[in-house]
Amino acid sequence: MLHYFETLGRSTRENFAKLGRATFFLLLTLQGIPDILPRLSLLIKQLYSVGVLSILIISISGLFVGMVLGLQGYYVLSDFGADETLGLMVAASLVRELGPVVSALLFAGRAGSALTAEIGLMKATEQLSGMEMMAVDPVRRIITPRFLAGLMSLPLLAAMFSAIGIMGGHIVGVGMLGVDDGAYWSQMQASIDFYDDILNGVIKSVAFGFVVSWIALFEGYDTLPTSEGVSRATTRTVVNSAFSVLALDFILTALMFGDI
Amino acid sequence: MTELNKNTLISIKNLGFSRGNKHIFDNITLDIPRGKITAIMGPSGTGKTTLLKLIGGQLQPEQGSVTVDQQNVHQLKPSQLYSLRKKMGMLFQSGALLTDLSVFENVAFPLREHSHLSESMIRTLVLMKLHAVGLRGARDLMPSELSGGMARRVALARAIALDPMMIMYDEPFTGQDPISMGVLVHLIKSLNTSLGLTSIIVSHDVQETAEIADLIYVIADGKVIDHGEPNALMNSSSAWVQQFMHGSADGPVHFHYPAPDYHSDLLTT
Repeated sequence: MLHYFETLGRSTRENFAKLGRATFFLLLTLQGIPDILPRLSLLIKQLYSVGVLSILIISISGLFVGMVLGLQGYYVLSDFGADETLGLMVAASLVRELGPVVSALLFAGRAGSALTAEIGLMKATEQLSGMEMMAVDPVRRIITPRFLAGLMSLPLLAAMFSAIGIMGGHIVGVGMLGVDDGAYWSQMQASIDFYDDILNGVIKSVAFGFVVSWIALFEGYDTLPTSEGVSRATTRTVVNSAFSVLALDFILTALMFGDI
Repeated sequence: MTELNKNTLISIKNLGFSRGNKHIFDNITLDIPRGKITAIMGPSGTGKTTLLKLIGGQLQPEQGSVTVDQQNVHQLKPSQLYSLRKKMGMLFQSGALLTDLSVFENVAFPLREHSHLSESMIRTLVLMKLHAVGLRGARDLMPSELSGGMARRVALARAIALDPMMIMYDEPFTGQDPISMGVLVHLIKSLNTSLGLTSIIVSHDVQETAEIADLIYVIADGKVIDHGEPNALMNSSSAWVQQFMHGSADGPVHFHYPAPDYHSDLLTT
């Protein structure tokens, strides 16, 4: 029994210490932002590897998620004779929820894990220490550009996910199941609100981009400098990011749409 | 300034450092003379690399001070520490080359970060540094295409890119074939002379290090056991130092891990 409390106490203390390190790390990362402006090439390189290289997985997943939404939505809505509102249903689901959330989960798996592994390996091979000894701050030079790239990429990727998903819903709903083309678009146009739906979705994906990039970079930076340490850190990035995104989604949804 | 201060580049006084419950350094004091090659030797796990990190300000000591070029490293502001580090080169055991940059870009890295030189000037400087380590022809290779010895030579070119006053070598000879080892020994010696550097070599390769070092400190169990010129240490009065310098299998450091008496152990049923 005592052993149980001991373990609980130790892990609680370690987790709080880690949270402290993570917060301090975030502050250092944010402090480096003004240094990026004169060196945009660093950011552009990372936007390519974090953002552009994630486009394929986001596009294909968006297409399939949209197609499934079209199919499922049609069967439910047609029972009530409301199949003309399919466009609205697909778009609202994507723009409000699935676009930001699913693209954040995919982003954590594709770009987040890559960031952790990259930073972790740089630590394990003493590249970060080497930079410090060359009087170059590794947080400013390596971490901040990657953080900004993650923050900027995810909202754009989420927008692509939603747009392609809406196309997917159209292919299935209008192309295969015979929903009226005009109704699909006009219902969507009439009911999707720029502020309530689109802007809230964008705010969500910015928050997710912030959290996923922070977790991925911190896990890499805080890893034990061994191959085992790096592989564990990579797993933790994906698990913690997924958990944080889903929990944060509930909180943001409650704040934006609910009366909780 | 006294004569001693003028000739001493790094002065470590009463340094104490521990990791967890393990005391790595227990009140050690040593001076590293300017313009010389000083070796810090000792068995694996005695914290030789930790000492370099303390000198470079990457770790904080628990007690004592490290003074480099008249500046107390651990009392400097971050900006002052960074300007001091520009004058310190460090060669890591793995080379620590940036894996996403070519050999040329790795050597150019500190120049691009800390100077506003024109591209043609950077090119000239990088080629000069690479020429000094014999790898001018390897400028377009990526770090993954280099052998361990070549990677260390590129890292050495990068370490001298900003014309530092000193270089710290972390186990430069470990895992090298005889030819690469010979090249590195020669390079460390010749660069120290031609560039007027102060070199600190952390190593446990006795022969290679003793060949080029002007002064050797032997560290074990968190203390400086002995120091002096290589020849003097080879004939040290300490049995421990004798065993270490000559690599004898048995001596004060026993060949056998502590165990019960051999014969009675065998006869135990």
